[in-house]
Amino acid sequence: MIRVSDEPIVAAEALSEFERRVSDAGAIVSFTGQVRPVSAAGPVAQLFLQAYFPMTERGIETALQQAEQRWPLSGALIVHRTGEMHPGDTIVFVATASKHRRAAFEAADFLMDYLKTEAVFWKKETTDGGETWIEPRQDDYQDAARWQTKEAG
Amino acid sequence: MVKVIYFGRLSDVSGTSEEMLDLPQGLETTSDLRHWLDIRFEANGALLEPTVRVAINSEIVLDTSSLDDANEIAFMPPVGGG
Repeated sequence: MIRVSDEPIVAAEALSEFERRVSDAGAIVSFTGQVRPVSAAGPVAQLFLQAYFPMTERGIETALQQAEQRWPLSGALIVHRTGEMHPGDTIVFVATASKHRRAAFEAADFLMDYLKTEAVFWKKETTDGGETWIEPRQDDYQDAARWQTKEAG
Repeated sequence: MVKVIYFGRLSDVSGTSEEMLDLPQGLETTSDLRHWLDIRFEANGALLEPTVRVAINSEIVLDTSSLDDANEIAFMPPVGGG
């Protein structure tokens, strides 16, 4: 299940909803991404996330299908914010469920790497120094490339 | 009229996040449009960068793609959320 909206995310509620949905799974992993209070440019006042509907959801849906083909998942939930956020706000919540922990951990990791480098979002950070559009770091691309290596091998 | 959307840092280059445009005669491909807009905004190549992708009617297209059936054209710099 995928939700992309400007509604605030309450990770505990999202997890509890997911746990009820996959109550017989055996293993549930969740990841919460928050707005950091300080970036390379200094203290962060605001983060703005822009999406392109319906391309953003369509892309996430495809990544979710890839995860489902690759790992035996009993369920997955991806919730992503758009709009204006402040330090401490949740940007993204990903939860995966499987019979055993390894598949759930790996699928959540894979989905987060997709969201960081390929999901159709643009991020603008506001600090004392002004506004800056943030694009993925080299580290993010290297993280995402790990899954291609594994597929090829 | 075609709706043209500039995402991310490209909205700073164009000065707008979207606009309705009457494309001039002679623009046939995505590449033609990139060059025409780059000159129009004095963007110094910002719209020509290979990492900037173009979507027509919400599908990523090649630079050789035709603008014929375009209702909505989006200029997309590198993406990333999370």
